[in-house]
Amino acid sequence: MALLNRTQVALAELLPVQAVAADEAKEAPPREPGVLVTDPARHGSHLDVLCRPDQVVDVARVMDREGYFLEAIAGVDWLERGQMEVIYDYNRLGGEHCRVMVRVCVPRDQPSLPTITGVFPAADWHERETFDFYGVRFQGHPNLIRILLPEDADFHPLRKDYKP
Amino acid sequence: MSRPIQLRQDETFVLNLGPQHPATHGVLRVKLTMDGEYIVKAEPVLGYIHRMHEKMAEGGSFAQFMPNTARMDYLHALAFNHGWALVVEKAAGIEVPERAEYIRVITVELNRIASHLLWWAAFLLDLGGFTPLLYAFDDREKIIDLLERVTGSRLTYCYMRFGGVYNDIDDEFITGTREFITRLRGRMPRLYHDLVTHNIILIKRIKDIGIISAEQCRRYGATGPVARGSGIDYDVRKNEPYSVYPEFDFDVPVFHECDSMARYMVRMHEMEQSMRIIEQALDKLPGGPVMGKAPKVLKPEAGYYYSAVETARGSLGHRLVCDGGKNPYKLKLRSPTFSNLSLYGEVAEGMLLADALAFMGSLDLVIPEIDR
Amino acid sequence: METSLWRALLYLVGIMAFAGLNAAYLGWCERKGAARIQRRIGPCEAGYAGLAQPLADGIKLLSKQLVVPQGVDGILFRVAPVLAMIPAITSMAVIPFSENIGARAMELSVLLLFSLASIGMMAVLLGGWASGNKYAIISAARAVSQNLAYEIPMLVTTITVVMITNSMDLRQIALDQQGGFWHWNLFRLENGHFLTMWISFIIFFICSVAETNRAPFDMAEAESELVAGFMTEYGSMGFGLFMMGEYLNIVVGACLTATLFLGGWGCPFGLIPGVWWFLLKIYLLIFTFIWIRWTYPRTQIYRLLNLSWKILIPFSLANLLVTAALIKVF
Repeated sequence: MALLNRTQVALAELLPVQAVAADEAKEAPPREPGVLVTDPARHGSHLDVLCRPDQVVDVARVMDREGYFLEAIAGVDWLERGQMEVIYDYNRLGGEHCRVMVRVCVPRDQPSLPTITGVFPAADWHERETFDFYGVRFQGHPNLIRILLPEDADFHPLRKDYKP
Repeated sequence: MSRPIQLRQDETFVLNLGPQHPATHGVLRVKLTMDGEYIVKAEPVLGYIHRMHEKMAEGGSFAQFMPNTARMDYLHALAFNHGWALVVEKAAGIEVPERAEYIRVITVELNRIASHLLWWAAFLLDLGGFTPLLYAFDDREKIIDLLERVTGSRLTYCYMRFGGVYNDIDDEFITGTREFITRLRGRMPRLYHDLVTHNIILIKRIKDIGIISAEQCRRYGATGPVARGSGIDYDVRKNEPYSVYPEFDFDVPVFHECDSMARYMVRMHEMEQSMRIIEQALDKLPGGPVMGKAPKVLKPEAGYYYSAVETARGSLGHRLVCDGGKNPYKLKLRSPTFSNLSLYGEVAEGMLLADALAFMGSLDLVIPEIDR
Repeated sequence: METSLWRALLYLVGIMAFAGLNAAYLGWCERKGAARIQRRIGPCEAGYAGLAQPLADGIKLLSKQLVVPQGVDGILFRVAPVLAMIPAITSMAVIPFSENIGARAMELSVLLLFSLASIGMMAVLLGGWASGNKYAIISAARAVSQNLAYEIPMLVTTITVVMITNSMDLRQIALDQQGGFWHWNLFRLENGHFLTMWISFIIFFICSVAETNRAPFDMAEAESELVAGFMTEYGSMGFGLFMMGEYLNIVVGACLTATLFLGGWGCPFGLIPGVWWFLLKIYLLIFTFIWIRWTYPRTQIYRLLNLSWKILIPFSLANLLVTAALIKVF
């Protein structure tokens, strides 16, 4: 658990640690930005971090410094709340195991986030995929073009209001 | 290998490797900027077999997505089955009987051997050796026959259920599996190692080719045999144990050479480790039912769930977001080869075409899994 | 005059038949051989043991349209496959099948064979160039550099044979080796040539594998890298001619090896020399070609060139010196 504590301390520079019970994380409305300890047996990740859009790169730098790698970037479209959520999953390659889920919410009509390709090159393709499926614009991405869909596609199919 | 000769920028040309090319084993396209036979820039272009499985997951119930999982990594389909079953069981809090867990492990490991055998065959084919393909397929056929007996299909399995497996294994499967292990162990030293692994041409072809540093693996998120060939001791089965893997005694082969040969050796050793797991599982196989109690209609609580399994190609993650409804609200598949391939461009730079293709083979690409 | 015309016609027909049969049935042999090595059956449907398979393949290839894609050099594109066949068949004219069977004994037949082999390589270059396909051009470039690299050691080792036998006439070289295997250039007892000739033989054999573009040196058509190399754009009989040319080159290579090193038509024990011994030898050599192909993975183009320039050429030159010294000393 040393690693978990170290990560929490490192993230505390950016975000307040929330003393909320793990079960409340599942509440649908988003919490205030902060770090939440969750049960890995129940949720699969040790830390649930909700950050502001401008903190994404800083959080990525902290994770990089602590030796994490980026597993994936996933988008979630919360149609009713009018929000677009982007989930960054971090994990450790070997050694002590710790998974960190970093979430960030952006307005749904103009989703835009800073890119973390400068920190993790792995983010390149994952961000392109999120752009492809959700239309989230990653500012500063070197090559933000379609990756899985045809290059002339003009839709973002994983948005909940997408009708084929 | 000598250094590429420096030529003027305008002396390069673009070579489209794929989407139909014998070495890409599927519809992958790599846009190569070439300087003679040297690669200046390699840029994989994906999406030729994209089927939007994530949208399909949102459109149906949890159980309806199970057949889809096998269509992604058709070579290690049972691991994808397993990963999906695990994440839904985690979300819905479903218990799995012990016998079912053992059967899951046995079938997944058998499937892993089959996947590695096919990789081995295809890799040698990339290097111009035809004969090993037939030897590996001979052995793989035995596994497929065994799995067909219990799962009912030969390639795209839909065997796992939330709370267990669809079909119990019988004595014939058990004896058949033991026979297969004896057979493969007997054939391995002569047909696989003497003929191929120790072959001087093969060693010269893949040694010191495609060096991936451990740091590169971390920055690009490469997992599985690619990471283990770069000296990273990371295997989801050990580091984040799931199912009944903690009950078995097996090693995680790690090689530190970082080249294609190291990745080759990792996979060859992994087959032996999988056989060890299967033997132990067969010895310890408990009785009881193979299906636990699971509700007909699953309605997991709203929340975020993540679960990872180790497929033949690396760590497969399912990021599941539920809103309390009958369908997954969002499913993100973190497929291992997607990340493994993303470092291709950086590593292939400056390589010769033939070396770059040997390197690509050593990554063990399954295109439908990248494109999902 | 009359007899010599008949003789020429007879040899023409005979060589064409021999070449045609070999081109067709070596494909069958290759497939059967590969199947045996891979624990398969191989062709078995068409005729007894699939013996009619080459016929079926031939009819299929003949009946297909010769597609000339847009943007290719039409004339060269059509000429190249023909050019692959002609030198291979022409080479047969100077090969002594036995003491009395051989279309034309020439004083410089060794030289002629090598020149024809070089022309054969032009077919690959032209075919690759005319296709206008990037893979084909890479393949053509590879083929040229490979051929250039391997012709040198091949010629140098041939010179050792020429020095020993004092002739560049294949018939003379074969006659010189009659009467038991200890007279063969490979095991030649006199002057102690057996000390060095096995090196020559190995170099020559490796070179002939490389010259005929066979695995593990099939750089020009490395299908997992270059799709099909110079044959990428060819279909129907254009492809068929390239394939037949390849097999004929193998036959010529085997004939040359058998004549230069293995005593031509001579029996190993000096009994009943004749064409059958010659055929036995060349088919054993061809079997070795097939065997190697289905056993080893392909090597790399730069390793291939390194092998020639850094190992085979120095060794063959040293070998030449030692052979010359042996002749001088004894």
